[in-house]
Amino acid sequence: QTYRLTGKVVDDSNVPLAGATVTLKGTTQQALTDESGNYVLNDIAPGKYVIVASYLGYFPSEHAVSLTASQMLDFTLSSNAEELGEVVVIGYGTVERKHLTGSVAAVQSKDFQKGTVVSPDQLIQGKVAGVSITSNGGAPGAGSTIRIRGGASLSASNNPLIVIDGNPLSGDGMTGTASPLATINPNDIESMTVLKDANATAIYGSRASNGVILITTKSGKIGRPRLDISSVNSVATVANTVDVLSADQIRSFVNQQGTDAQKSLLGQANTDWQDLIYRSAFTSDNNFTLSGGLSNMPYRLSAGYLEQQGALDSDLMRRGTAGINLSPRFFGKHLKLDLNVKGTLTNNDFANTGAIGSAIAFDPTQVVRDVDGPFGGYFEWMEGAVPDPLSPRNPRALLDLYDNRGNANRSFGNLQADYAFHFLPDLHANVNIGYDVSRGWGATFIPEYAASNVANKGFFQRYKGYQNNTFIEAYLNYVKDIESIRSNINVTAGYGYYDNKVTTQNFASYNALGEVLSTPNFPDNPQQNRLLSYYGRLIYSIADRYILSGTIRTDGSSKFNPDGRWGIFPSAGLTWRIKGERFLADVDEISDLKLRLSYGETGNKDGISNYGYIPSYYYSVNESQYGIGNQFYHVYSPIAYDSSLRWESTETTNIGLDYGFWGGRISGSIDAYVKKTKDLLATVEIPVGTNYSNQLLTNVGNMENRGIEGSINIQAVRTEHFNWDFGFNITVNRSKVTNLTLNDNPGYQLAAGWITGGTGNIIQYHTVGLAPYQFYVYKQVYDQSDMPLEGVYEDLNGDGAVNSSDRYYYKTPAADYYMGFSTSLSYKRFTLNTVLRASVGNYLYDNISANFGVARNILNPSGFINNATTDVFNTAFVNNQYYSDYYVKNASFLKMDNIGLTYDVGNLDALGKVTMMIQANCQNVFVISKYKGIDPEIYNGIDYTLYPRPRIYSLGLQFGF
Amino acid sequence: CSEDVLNLAPKNDITADQVYSSEQGYKEAFLKTYASLAMTGGGGEGSSDLAGIDAGQSDFLRLYWNIQQLTSDETLCGWNDPGVPDMVYGTPDADNIMVKGIYARSLYTITLVNEFLRESTPEKLSARGITNTAVIESYRAEARFLRAYQYWVLLDLFGNPPFITEENTIGKVAPEQIQRAELFTYIESELLAIEPQLALPRQNEYGRADQGALWTLLSRLYLNAEVYTGSPKYTEAVTYAKKVIDGGYALTTSYANLFLEDNYETSSSELILTINYDGFYTKNYGGTTFLINSTIDGAMSPASFGVPTGGWGGNRTTSALPAVFDDYSGETDKRATFFGDKLANDDLGVFTDGLRITKFKNIKSTGEAGASQGGTFSSLDFPLFRLADVYLTFAEAVLRGGNGGTAAEALAYVNQIRRRAYGNTSGDLTSLTLDEILDERSRELYFEGYRRTDLIRFGRFTGGNYIWPWKGGVKDGRSIEEFRNLLPLPTSDVIANPNLTQNNGY
Repeated sequence: QTYRLTGKVVDDSNVPLAGATVTLKGTTQQALTDESGNYVLNDIAPGKYVIVASYLGYFPSEHAVSLTASQMLDFTLSSNAEELGEVVVIGYGTVERKHLTGSVAAVQSKDFQKGTVVSPDQLIQGKVAGVSITSNGGAPGAGSTIRIRGGASLSASNNPLIVIDGNPLSGDGMTGTASPLATINPNDIESMTVLKDANATAIYGSRASNGVILITTKSGKIGRPRLDISSVNSVATVANTVDVLSADQIRSFVNQQGTDAQKSLLGQANTDWQDLIYRSAFTSDNNFTLSGGLSNMPYRLSAGYLEQQGALDSDLMRRGTAGINLSPRFFGKHLKLDLNVKGTLTNNDFANTGAIGSAIAFDPTQVVRDVDGPFGGYFEWMEGAVPDPLSPRNPRALLDLYDNRGNANRSFGNLQADYAFHFLPDLHANVNIGYDVSRGWGATFIPEYAASNVANKGFFQRYKGYQNNTFIEAYLNYVKDIESIRSNINVTAGYGYYDNKVTTQNFASYNALGEVLSTPNFPDNPQQNRLLSYYGRLIYSIADRYILSGTIRTDGSSKFNPDGRWGIFPSAGLTWRIKGERFLADVDEISDLKLRLSYGETGNKDGISNYGYIPSYYYSVNESQYGIGNQFYHVYSPIAYDSSLRWESTETTNIGLDYGFWGGRISGSIDAYVKKTKDLLATVEIPVGTNYSNQLLTNVGNMENRGIEGSINIQAVRTEHFNWDFGFNITVNRSKVTNLTLNDNPGYQLAAGWITGGTGNIIQYHTVGLAPYQFYVYKQVYDQSDMPLEGVYEDLNGDGAVNSSDRYYYKTPAADYYMGFSTSLSYKRFTLNTVLRASVGNYLYDNISANFGVARNILNPSGFINNATTDVFNTAFVNNQYYSDYYVKNASFLKMDNIGLTYDVGNLDALGKVTMMIQANCQNVFVISKYKGIDPEIYNGIDYTLYPRPRIYSLGLQFGF
Repeated sequence: CSEDVLNLAPKNDITADQVYSSEQGYKEAFLKTYASLAMTGGGGEGSSDLAGIDAGQSDFLRLYWNIQQLTSDETLCGWNDPGVPDMVYGTPDADNIMVKGIYARSLYTITLVNEFLRESTPEKLSARGITNTAVIESYRAEARFLRAYQYWVLLDLFGNPPFITEENTIGKVAPEQIQRAELFTYIESELLAIEPQLALPRQNEYGRADQGALWTLLSRLYLNAEVYTGSPKYTEAVTYAKKVIDGGYALTTSYANLFLEDNYETSSSELILTINYDGFYTKNYGGTTFLINSTIDGAMSPASFGVPTGGWGGNRTTSALPAVFDDYSGETDKRATFFGDKLANDDLGVFTDGLRITKFKNIKSTGEAGASQGGTFSSLDFPLFRLADVYLTFAEAVLRGGNGGTAAEALAYVNQIRRRAYGNTSGDLTSLTLDEILDERSRELYFEGYRRTDLIRFGRFTGGNYIWPWKGGVKDGRSIEEFRNLLPLPTSDVIANPNLTQNNGY
């Protein structure tokens, strides 16, 4: 006689959980719930049992029953948000956090930066130790410079590999949009996981040296259909503009110091040019999501529409996004399919950012419009009958008489099939095929009468580009608990093929009258590369305490000579779960303690040309022909090449400690690492005469990054109505160039940073023994009242003359350390969030003041008046002193990125079917810095006409049905 | 997948076999050696064959002209761009960007010639089925001429540069350094070897080198032989100058026309070799675009120079240049094209502190403007070698004791030049001295890129026996060290190439 057990598994809110597991503890007997949450367990012998219902993301629930007849047993599972974090996405699969051997940090959507965030990378700004994310200014859809543990390269790419739902993005630029990442809707993102050390990244082999960011998008859950609608509306204002002289200050300056001719140039107006080019900008971000489960198929459909104005007048981005995510299960879950498809249409009006510099420099005593003027009625400085070629152009005219509209349509997606073999359910076969295609196009038009292009009578050019990327990956995964030796093994072996192709169409350029200015030689320029890979991973854990893992990947790239195109990238990691040891078993205060050691090698080949190893020639363009006799000839030029080009390779050693106290109320990690890159892909000077240029991208040089990073999360208060959490992370990273030349030469310096002003002025160099991008300057001499003395510098080498050999290395743009701080305080239905970031020891070259902040800029000898930054009063410099260390400024800062208040209205109707949340946010709240420019946060360390990052006030409403 | 999927080739860039598959392809690859003198790169005015230098400043003429002119007693530049002030002071160091630029540009052009020679051997021609080998042979000879010319530039400026021929292949093996005397011999032997293979004087296509160009270079090489090797070769200088003079060339009637846009029509009898530019099809921010724009500013009516939107206000004269004219007003000696009224060079940064010159124009002799896209680019071809220089070479070599000509002949040639300048015989000299030759060279050839070499040959470049405003970095001028007769090898290459020894003094 056997009995039957039936029942239903639901969550806290009585929503049935489909696919939950119900097990008779101590037996192999188990059942899965159907879409209504019902389960059936047949053929149970009478007796006493413990029945367990479990579901990912929920606390398991146990009931003891004494079975004497068939009966019903229902379970209510409560959500365990923490447990979701216990399963960590890694490359090609997931592992339980306790089995993790690499340095991996995951950020869930609830912890993302809030407010108006257009580009997904900015969601985790300040949230992860070791990761620095610097937005490239405040333009709509502007991307960011992402650095994981410093850059590992000099000339090749330093960008991490980004993988969305298993779809590795190519990292190539995209036509028609400010940044490729801005075509992804942040609202679709569930979590972002950063793989930092080589043990975590080496499975991605040749693309892994700069770290990997795995983005997981939201998917549906079995249950009743749920509709979410949100709308976030914001206004952005420019908080800070460059300090320049007022019109009255200019008038008095010129009247005191100028010649009669210069005085006569002064106007009577009071024009604040910066005020005229910036505006309060509105953004509306609206999202609609339908999710739920149909039979065995969770689904999620999403659509979004964003319209964002830029702070620079006439800048506008419109973005429509749609996403579909289906996860059907077949054959009793033996076959899982995951289909992710995202599509984006963007339409941009790009403002002329040249207006930013002109607005700083343009004479404030002049009127904006001078209706009789020949250039659309805008005031311009003239030289005879034409606009003075040396003077800046009217900033308002630059904005108004410029039209650049770009479109970028993109779709990416993948279908992943995971099959657990019927005869051996521990063995999975996984096939993942995907694509990422985009098409961008647009045109730039400048009218005939615009002073900016008067020489050519205006300008018109179309642009168009395509991206076609495809990949296929397949792997086998075998996971087995071997109770007899208290071991768990997890083996993966796979194959991948990736094809990336970017095609740029070439168009003729015309003036506004339709006359041809230039014609291209070739209709298009396709650039393609491919990667073929084999990879494997073994994770072996003993008694849940000692976890060993090893990965190996071999990549073959089309970018290298067949003789040297295969690279092997191994890694090994060891984790000791100290908490699992008997001596800590009874120490309740310590809830987790884990020591991780890892070592691995990764590669880098991104950011270099696709065909750099092939000797080839290019045909000159129409404008570069040579005339002999009566005819012009195009000419063939050989291209410099290095036939033995190979991977850049980085060895990373990492030691880490994960800790948790008091049941996870305090938790975090500390990691220390050394990253050594060799065979650096660097463009360096080669012996002149050995190739078809004097510099070549080749494998030369070494650099290293050493650092310590730590994070701590504290659940300070946990009561029924009041919760208070803190998160803090800190990173110390030191980069150093350890070799740069083919033959040993410590004095060699490689030009790395050019400034604006003069022609070809170089301010930054890479040199051996120092961090990359060192500023190379003269040491300024000051008078007794601390005024810098113009052109007076210290004779550092003591040879009695001050010349270029007295320049010295002074500071770098990289911070000594940087920190992120988040806190969230909730009381009943209110939640207050804030995110702060700090950076200490980072320096900037103030190129704005170096270029504009001198008397000669105001009293321009070429016959016009300009404005200057107020720094001219601090220095009283007459001429530009570009190389003075006076302009290298400490740009340490503390920023409040975000502060927000959320009110969870809760149920709007009696049935609890409609929920509502209200969010108010302010972004870019304040900056505390000694740096006097508009913003101390500039990635490359040279401050010149940054598009201001505006302060954004937003109000959001979310409804759930 | 088969591993073959990893073999991808660019679509637009092509291999050597594709380039050299036809006679036309050979011509277009060969002409790159000329194009390398005229332009910075093949991708428009913003592109450059060289790296680590602003693209617009990386063409041959701008670099060479700056070094020859700015260091001399003729020219000042007020720009504060990298390397410019030190060049004006005559004291460029081994990191100077122009020093690095000309070195890289000349060696790059030599590399192009070497590549062309490797790809045009009889074996390669027959393998590729090119039948008209005579034409390719003439290209080879001309390419070798250009290589010899570029080696002459390196010989003159650097003395002991790296040395590469078609025997050196592309790769990472650093070239050996050649010593100055040895390089002299190499250039001489190359020129003599290819002499019979070059076209007869004035028989080649316009813009391409012929025997006249070769003889001009040889006469110049010999004239300076004492500087280069310690052994004078004035007789040889006379010999080859005479060959040019007898080669069917003649001075044009108008000095001004030589520097106007239609000089290839009005002055072809005097032009021996030109670098050709075009305001639409051979664009570049160096060359004559630089020469015209940098010597004028907006106040000088750029439209009247054929560059209505140009005028960069940089290069002007020292007070020493107008001083070599008896009358610099232009009234008597029409070669004086000075503009402005302040001779003194008080402030180096002020363009109007010193007279400007109005010699070069993108304007035809008819007054019509030359082609100029955007009103900045120039179509004026630059006279690289011209007959008047050869007359003066002849005269100087005779005065310095060379055989093959008489003092009377020398005087007659100099007076031919002066008669054109004065329009009559009123400026005729009755006797010649070497000092008079040096001054006459300045009057005739000022701002044409000859001056540094001339001053060195006359022992007046370094030292304190001749000073001019801003020589040595002070307003009134001062002595500079003798080692500066040679430029330093660029630091970057001394580091990259372990075979190099830096020139003395640097």
